[in-house]
Amino acid sequence: MDSLTLLLILDSTVRLAIPLLLACLAGLYSERAGIFDIGLEGKMLAAAFMSGAVAFTSGSAWLGLLAGIGASVMLSLVHGVASITFRGNQLISGVAINFLAAGLTVVVAQSWFGQGGRTPQLTGDARFEPITLPFADAISAQPGIGPIYQELLSGHTSIVYIALLLVPVTWVLMYRTRFGLRLRAVGENPASVDTAGISVVRLRYMAVVIAGVLCGLAGAYLATALQAGFVKDMSAGRGFIALAALIFAKWRPWHALFACLLFGFLQAMALRPDVIESTIGISVNGQLLDALPYILTVVILAGFVGKAIPPRAGGEPYVKER
Amino acid sequence: MTNPAPALELIGICKAFGPVQANKNISIRVMPGTIHGIIGENGAGKSTLMSILYGFYKADAGEIYVAGRKTLIPDSQAAISAGIGMVFQHFKLVENFTVLENLILGAEDGFMLGKSISKARRLLKSLSEDYGLDVDPDAKIEDIGVGMRQRVEILKALYRQADILILDEPTGTLTPAEADQLFRILGRLKDEGKTIVLITHKLREIMDVTDTVSVMRAGEMAATVKTSEVSPPELAEIMVGRKVLLSVVKEPATPGPKMLEVRDLKVVDNYGVERLKGATFDVRAGEILGIAGVAGNGQSELLEALAGYRKATGSVKYKGNNVDLSGVVSNAMGRRTDGIAHVPEDRQSEGLIMDFMAWENIALGYHLDPEYRNGMLIDNGAIREDTNQKMDRFDVRPQASQLEVKNFSGGNQQKIVLAREIERNPDLLLIGQPTRGVDIGAIEFIHKQIVALRDQGKAILLVSVELDEILSLSDRIAVMFDGRIMGERDPKETDEGELGLMMAGMTRGAA
Repeated sequence: MDSLTLLLILDSTVRLAIPLLLACLAGLYSERAGIFDIGLEGKMLAAAFMSGAVAFTSGSAWLGLLAGIGASVMLSLVHGVASITFRGNQLISGVAINFLAAGLTVVVAQSWFGQGGRTPQLTGDARFEPITLPFADAISAQPGIGPIYQELLSGHTSIVYIALLLVPVTWVLMYRTRFGLRLRAVGENPASVDTAGISVVRLRYMAVVIAGVLCGLAGAYLATALQAGFVKDMSAGRGFIALAALIFAKWRPWHALFACLLFGFLQAMALRPDVIESTIGISVNGQLLDALPYILTVVILAGFVGKAIPPRAGGEPYVKER
Repeated sequence: MTNPAPALELIGICKAFGPVQANKNISIRVMPGTIHGIIGENGAGKSTLMSILYGFYKADAGEIYVAGRKTLIPDSQAAISAGIGMVFQHFKLVENFTVLENLILGAEDGFMLGKSISKARRLLKSLSEDYGLDVDPDAKIEDIGVGMRQRVEILKALYRQADILILDEPTGTLTPAEADQLFRILGRLKDEGKTIVLITHKLREIMDVTDTVSVMRAGEMAATVKTSEVSPPELAEIMVGRKVLLSVVKEPATPGPKMLEVRDLKVVDNYGVERLKGATFDVRAGEILGIAGVAGNGQSELLEALAGYRKATGSVKYKGNNVDLSGVVSNAMGRRTDGIAHVPEDRQSEGLIMDFMAWENIALGYHLDPEYRNGMLIDNGAIREDTNQKMDRFDVRPQASQLEVKNFSGGNQQKIVLAREIERNPDLLLIGQPTRGVDIGAIEFIHKQIVALRDQGKAILLVSVELDEILSLSDRIAVMFDGRIMGERDPKETDEGELGLMMAGMTRGAA
C-alpha cells in the first residue's frame, strides 16, 4: 500500500466517522444528563430526510441543515416530554422514535417527490461543498506535510470542521463550566441538583435539545454532504454504532472521537477490499468487511472492552423524594 | 434585656395529603444559637414539616418567619437564600465528584468553574479549621466513609452561608465514635452562633445534645420543653401517647444444652476478601447471645453463613449434628425445615419483597408448607387467613393482608418479618438488627417477643450495632472485630466503655 492510498483511506475514515461522532456527542449530552437515548438513529434519519427535502426545494444546503435540525429537535422534544415530563420508559420512547422516523420519512418522501421514497439528486448549492483550507495548493508539493494537509485535513465540508471542533468544545463545557458540572450531576444523582435549588427538569430538557441539534447535524451531513440526497434507511444503523462508540468511550468526548474514528476506519476499509488483499495477501469476503463495524459493536456492547459504568441515574425518571 | 427574635418560627403550619393530615396546626419557635431537637415516631410528620421548610412541599396554611421576618419558601432555592441548610438522612452527594465539586454544585460563581473551585478550596480550609470539619477536598465521594460524607453535607450548607442547619436522623448510619464526633461539631457550630435543628427518634441523642425539644405525635406538636427539665421516660410517654418501658424486663436465663456450636468459621466474600476469620462460640437453648460490633466487621457474613446462603468453611453443629456449610446439602431452605429461623439485617432487601402484598411475604420461604398448599397449587386463601392471624398476634398496623409491604411503616414491616419467622416456633432464631429504623413503641414490642421466645427454651443469636440493645437483651455478649470474636462478656459485669474498646479492637488492659 502506498502512502497516497493510505491517505485516501484515512480521508474517507474522517468522512465516515463524522456522522458517528455527531450522533455520539448527541448521546453523550443526553446520557450524561441521565436520559438514555436509543432514538439517535431515528432522529438522524428524520434530519437526513428533512434536510435533503428542504435543500432540494430551496436550493440551499444551509436551509436544509436548519430544517434537519428542526426535525431532529422536534423528535427530541417528543422524547423529552415522554421521559422527563411524563416519566415514561426511555427505551420504549427511543424505540418508538426509531420506528416513527423509519416509516414517516419514506411515506412523506413518496408523497412529496414520488420517486420511491427518496428525494431527487441534490446538485450545486443544495449540497455542502468541500472547503479548501488556506495554502492547501501552495504547500501540496512539500513532501510529507503537504499531501497530508491537502488530502486529509483540507477538502472537507464545513460540517466536518464543526463536528471536529465540537469535541474540545464539549470537553470544556463538560469539565470546566457550571453547565457541565450540573449536567453531569443530574445524570449521577438528580437529588443533589434538586436540593441545591436547581431544576432537574430544565437541565434534562436542555441536554435533550442539544442532542437533537447534534443529531440534526449528523443527519443533514448524511443527505447533503456525504451523499447527494436522501434515500430510504440511509442512517443504516449509525445511531446504534454511535451508541456503541459512546459506551466504548465511557461517555468521554475525546475518547468518543477516537472510538468513532475506529469505526469510521473499519467502514472505510470495507470500501477498499482491493487494498486489504494487496496488504495482507489474502482475499477477504466483502460482506465480512461490511459486517466488521457491526461485529465490533456487538463485541463492545457485550462488555469485552472493560467495565463501562454508565451515569448512575441513567434511564430513571426523577421523582422527588418525600 | 429584650429577648432576641427566634431564628426560626413556624405558626399554624398545616399540610394534608389527600385525606391524611400530615401536619396539623404546627407552631414552633427555635431560638438562635441553640440546638433544638424534634423527636417523634416514624410517620409523626417530622419529615413533612422539614420538607415544607426546605421548599419541597407547599404548606396548606401557616406562616414561616426566619430571623423575625416573614418568609415564603416556594422552592429549595428560596430556603437556601433564607439561610436554611439541610442535611438529609440519605446524602445528596454526587458519588464520582470530588468534595470540592459537590461543595460548589448549584452555588458556582460564574460560568467557568476555575474561580469557584479555588474559592471553595480557600473557604473549605477556613471552615474546616473553624469547626473541626475535617475533609479531604480532592477525594471522590465514593472513596470516603459515611462520617466524612456527612461532614461534606454540613460543609455544603455552611458554604451556602446557612445560619440554620437542619439535620434529619443524622446518626442512623454512623458508628458510635462518628456520632460523638458529629455532636462535638454541632456543639462548635452552636458556639459560633449557628442554630441547629436536630430531627431524630433516638431519645439519648435528644438528652445528650439539645437545649430544647419539641415532641411530635400523629401530625401534631405534642409539647415543647427544655431538655434539662424532662426525663427520657417522660419524653417517650409524650411521643407514644402511653407509658413505655425503655428497659427490657426479663428473668435471668436458664440455659439448657448447646443448640449451636460454631468452630473456626471462615467466610470469603465475592471479591476474595476474608470477612470472617475464624469465629468460635456456642449458643445454648434458653439464652440470648448478643454479637456486638461496628457494622462491617463480619457480623453480616456470620449471619448469612449460618442461615445457609453464603458458603463458609469450619464447623457448625446444630443440635449436635454437623451442618453442611458448602451449600450443597443444606441451603437456606434446608435450615428452615430444620427449625432455624432467620430475620435478616436488612428487611427491605433481604427480608421482604417490597412490591408483594403482606400475605405473599408471609409465605416466602415457607411456600412449600403443606398447610399452604392445595395439591400442586398454592392455597392463597389459607395463606391469607394465616396472615390475618399472624398480623393480629403481632399487632401489625394496618391489619391489611392485601396491602403491599412498601406501604407499611418500618416498624410494621419488621413485625411482618418477625411474625413470619417467630410464629413458626423455631428452635434457633438468627436475628440481625431487629430494631433498625423502628419506633420506640414497636421496639418495646419486638424486644418482648424475643425474650418470650427465649423463655420458651429457644436459642437466640442476636446481631446488633446498637450497644443499648445488646446490653439490655443479651444473656451473654460476644464482641466482633475484624472478622474475629474479641471475647465474651457478661452483660452485668461490663459496660459501654469496655465494649466500645473491644469493638475498636482493643482490650481494656491494652488501652
